[in-house]
Amino acid sequence: MTAIPEATDSVTAPIIEVAGLHKHYGETEALRDVNLEFGHGHLTSLLGPSGCGKTTLLKIIAGLLPQSSGEVRVHGKPVAAPGPDRAFVFQDFALLPWATVLRNAAFGLELRGEPKAEREEKARKQIEVVGLTGFENSFPSELSGGMRQRVGLARALAVESEVLLMDEPFSAVDEQTRRKFQEDLLALRRRENKTFIFVTHSIEEAVYVSDRIVLLSPRPGRVSEVIDINQASTGKDPDQIRRDPEYLDTVERIWHSLRAYVE
Amino acid sequence: MIIYGYRIPMMASLLIWAVVWEFIGRFELVLLFPPLTHVLVAGVEVVNHSQFFSAVWITVQCFLQGFGLAVAVGIPLGMLMGMVPAADRLLSMWVSIFISTPLTPLVPVFMILFGLGEATVIVTVFMFAVWIIVLDTRAGVHDVPPSLLEMSRCFGASRWQTLRHIVSLSALPEILAGLRLGVIRGVKGAVIGQLLVSVIGIGALFKFYSQNFLMEHFWALVLMLFVAALGTAGIIEALERRVQYYAGDRG
Repeated sequence: MTAIPEATDSVTAPIIEVAGLHKHYGETEALRDVNLEFGHGHLTSLLGPSGCGKTTLLKIIAGLLPQSSGEVRVHGKPVAAPGPDRAFVFQDFALLPWATVLRNAAFGLELRGEPKAEREEKARKQIEVVGLTGFENSFPSELSGGMRQRVGLARALAVESEVLLMDEPFSAVDEQTRRKFQEDLLALRRRENKTFIFVTHSIEEAVYVSDRIVLLSPRPGRVSEVIDINQASTGKDPDQIRRDPEYLDTVERIWHSLRAYVE
Repeated sequence: MIIYGYRIPMMASLLIWAVVWEFIGRFELVLLFPPLTHVLVAGVEVVNHSQFFSAVWITVQCFLQGFGLAVAVGIPLGMLMGMVPAADRLLSMWVSIFISTPLTPLVPVFMILFGLGEATVIVTVFMFAVWIIVLDTRAGVHDVPPSLLEMSRCFGASRWQTLRHIVSLSALPEILAGLRLGVIRGVKGAVIGQLLVSVIGIGALFKFYSQNFLMEHFWALVLMLFVAALGTAGIIEALERRVQYYAGDRG
């Protein structure tokens, strides 16, 4: 476990680079000089107290918000809008209430104009991956919060993008479901060769699921520390991680770093 | 309604008012109110009047044309105002003015512009109905959850796709509420327009009955209009409930 002030990943070429990113909302400075690289197949958490701009950063990477200055590059090319290389999982699920689980999961493909049979086949596959087989014809209002987020995840997986952007995806579900979700996320990233950028305000969650944690400090949001963890990729048993001394030490250490901002 | 532990059906209150009306009529307590039973009998005569069906037909035609126009203009205009802030700033003042001022004084102006005929009635129906449709559509578009809009952008939706797949469906409950209120206002417009033009449709009948002091016939006609307006609104309300079921939970 090593701490590097500026993130560099020399092993593989980064898919996403964030360079000199600033963001202002009128007078308020939301992000100041953020420089990050996200390597292929890694899960990076953006962690920090509320007001640190972590969701803003994620939405700029997604192309949903314009930055004030600086650049976001995907495979070396600057981007300013959403693209098929990045899929998003929303905090409040963002499901169509009038559409079935199947149509919701296939919605990204539907917007791309894929024929019905093909997109539904792909969606069914992802519905199975997230464990919702049998609920294809249910409506979101008939599902629990956790199940709704699984639909949101299936929709993001179905478009087969390289990068999965997740904005506090488990914050609106109850604690038990959340734990199960975290375990499933570990399994998912072992199986899928995707790059994950994951926003959370839970230290335990970040340490549990990530390879790397970017700590952001609030007002203005800056990268205060980057912590590499090789927890998830070491192939430890998901049940063991939460009792692992290294895990507990990392949680403790991050808490000490963040404590200053809370008080 | 529950009285002394007995469940009284909703229609019962209607029955009570019918009895009160009959009572007032029988004892001639208020001038102009004949007993309800006489009104109902007169209703048969009204329906059998040689001009009744042509009057109803003209009214329905004027209403449908005026209301159709109001829907065709109101929904796109409301969507435009809901989605484009500049359009909203430009138009919202006019919508507020037209929705809050009584439009009846404008009908004589329409008569000058459109003549003493159906065109004036159509325009009156349109002016009565369109603004609430605009306002409700706009409110519905404003209430589309921002995350749904972000989601559609994220998955590469064009503006048109967002409008078709997200905005129009998400705003549907409000749009239907606007249509329901628009129907009621439109019926008002049809009647007021015809009363003021007073040479065509139901308006001519109303004028004929009131000038000849045929109050029984007059009230029979009023009751029929009442039932027609509420019935149409009721159909839209039923549709609204079905839509609410699908659009009800907004995540």
